[in-house]
Amino acid sequence: MLDARTPLLTIDDLQAWYGESHILHGVKFDVHEGEVVTLLGRNGAGKTTTLKSIMGIVGHRTGSVRFEGREMIDSASEHIARAGIAFCPEERGVFASLSVEENLLLPPVVKPGGLSLDQVFELFPNLKERLGSSQGTKLSGGEQQMLAIGRILRTGARLLLLDEPTEGLAPVIIQQIGKTIRSLKEQGFTILLVEQNFRFASTVADRYYVMEHGRIIDQFANAELDANVEKLHDYLGV
Amino acid sequence: MCDVAGNRNRVFEIFGIPSTALFGQLLIGLINGSFYALLSLGLAVIFGMLNIINFSHGAQYMLGAFVAYLLLQYSGLGYWPALIVAPLIVGITGVIVERLFLQWLYKLDHLYGLLLTFGLALIIEGVARNQFGSAGLPYTLPDSLRGGQNLGFMFLPNYRAWVIVASLTICIGTWFVIERTRLGANLRAATENPTLVRAFGINVPRMITLTYGFGVALAAFAGVMAAPIYNVSPQMGSELIIVVFAVVVIGGMGSILGAIVTGFGLGVIEGLTKVFFPEASNTVIFVIMAIVLLVRPAGLFGRRA
Repeated sequence: MLDARTPLLTIDDLQAWYGESHILHGVKFDVHEGEVVTLLGRNGAGKTTTLKSIMGIVGHRTGSVRFEGREMIDSASEHIARAGIAFCPEERGVFASLSVEENLLLPPVVKPGGLSLDQVFELFPNLKERLGSSQGTKLSGGEQQMLAIGRILRTGARLLLLDEPTEGLAPVIIQQIGKTIRSLKEQGFTILLVEQNFRFASTVADRYYVMEHGRIIDQFANAELDANVEKLHDYLGV
Repeated sequence: MCDVAGNRNRVFEIFGIPSTALFGQLLIGLINGSFYALLSLGLAVIFGMLNIINFSHGAQYMLGAFVAYLLLQYSGLGYWPALIVAPLIVGITGVIVERLFLQWLYKLDHLYGLLLTFGLALIIEGVARNQFGSAGLPYTLPDSLRGGQNLGFMFLPNYRAWVIVASLTICIGTWFVIERTRLGANLRAATENPTLVRAFGINVPRMITLTYGFGVALAAFAGVMAAPIYNVSPQMGSELIIVVFAVVVIGGMGSILGAIVTGFGLGVIEGLTKVFFPEASNTVIFVIMAIVLLVRPAGLFGRRA
């Protein structure tokens, strides 16, 4: 069992490669149970690769990824998912050959304690209306994002990895996603978020890590955000 | 086939063709179509999931017939049990082939899978020819399917009716499982984005192995059904597989429905060509293929170009 001080997820000296290119150079951070932690950084800093490395879907990785105290660095992707980590990719990964309902039911339940379909529809009422739609990819961008998040809430995974869930969405949809993330946090989900949009991140996150060139270069809590805005502008080039 | 029976039927003419000849060729067309559909279905399932053009499909069809023949010769296992056991045995050899060879090729160009399975086909056929000669061995009809029905306008042998019904049932059943069930949804999703499906906790490599086993088992099933109609011979697969590949190209690589519809459709077209313009009956499918490739390169039911 984990005691209260042991992080749910501990990453240490994580290195990752795509073919010949060395993308991550010793990433180190942790995420505690019930937290929303955001990885910030410019394009190409290694944020998405970090999520994919945790999920076991990069070409080659070394170092340590401990989840609930168990080492996962050598595990196959399907075993990592079964341990209780769920991934929502940046491109959303909605399947064109599956109906909306099939998309929603695709990820298998890996642990008890996931949301029921009705609870998913409470969070995303639009999805219920579009349930009969024959093709998942015929949904709007916002609906596809809701589908991509909604389907992993059913699985009982305790740790959600969300890769830029607000990218390319209208402000009103972004607000809805923000509301959802806060509600998920209240329900006890732990969330590791990748974001470029730190204004959005500041409405949901407890802590931030800043990445550059495949390393974590800074970290601070949400309360320290104001004091760090200058530095952050520097890091993100905004 | 219908000559003897035809005498008992009322013969009339359609476009100057005796009705018995027309219906007889239509029936042969449907029989051939049954085999085209079963085989191209297996190819489509395998291509969709593995991205491999399974050139050993014909050899695996032939293996199905030979396993049925050997089961009958050496263990007295008749047609009906062989219809289950032979596809199972050949399917297991497929699983072994996938684990030993194919799984290393998925990231490479299509050409490597094609060459490997083509090589396998040559080996399987060569071994069979060496063991059994190329003359072909007879496989007797099961007693329960001897005889036939007089439909009034033609004579329908029971075994041929069974082949058509069995093939349709298997094809529609496979289509239903893939398009309408949870398992099928997993398969379709894994065809589209295997990495993400794995990241949801689904064991995609195992699914791929079993899919190949299933596709190969379909070929073997067709082989067992073919055994009483055609001779059981080492080259029975390679003669058929060329046409089947044309069927797959016309239907659209990887399209399940396309494989079934074009399989039966082209069988019938080929049969009718034999009646109306016999000289073209061997080439008509390839002419259609050429036209389809010009007009719709992705095939009639293909989604991707």
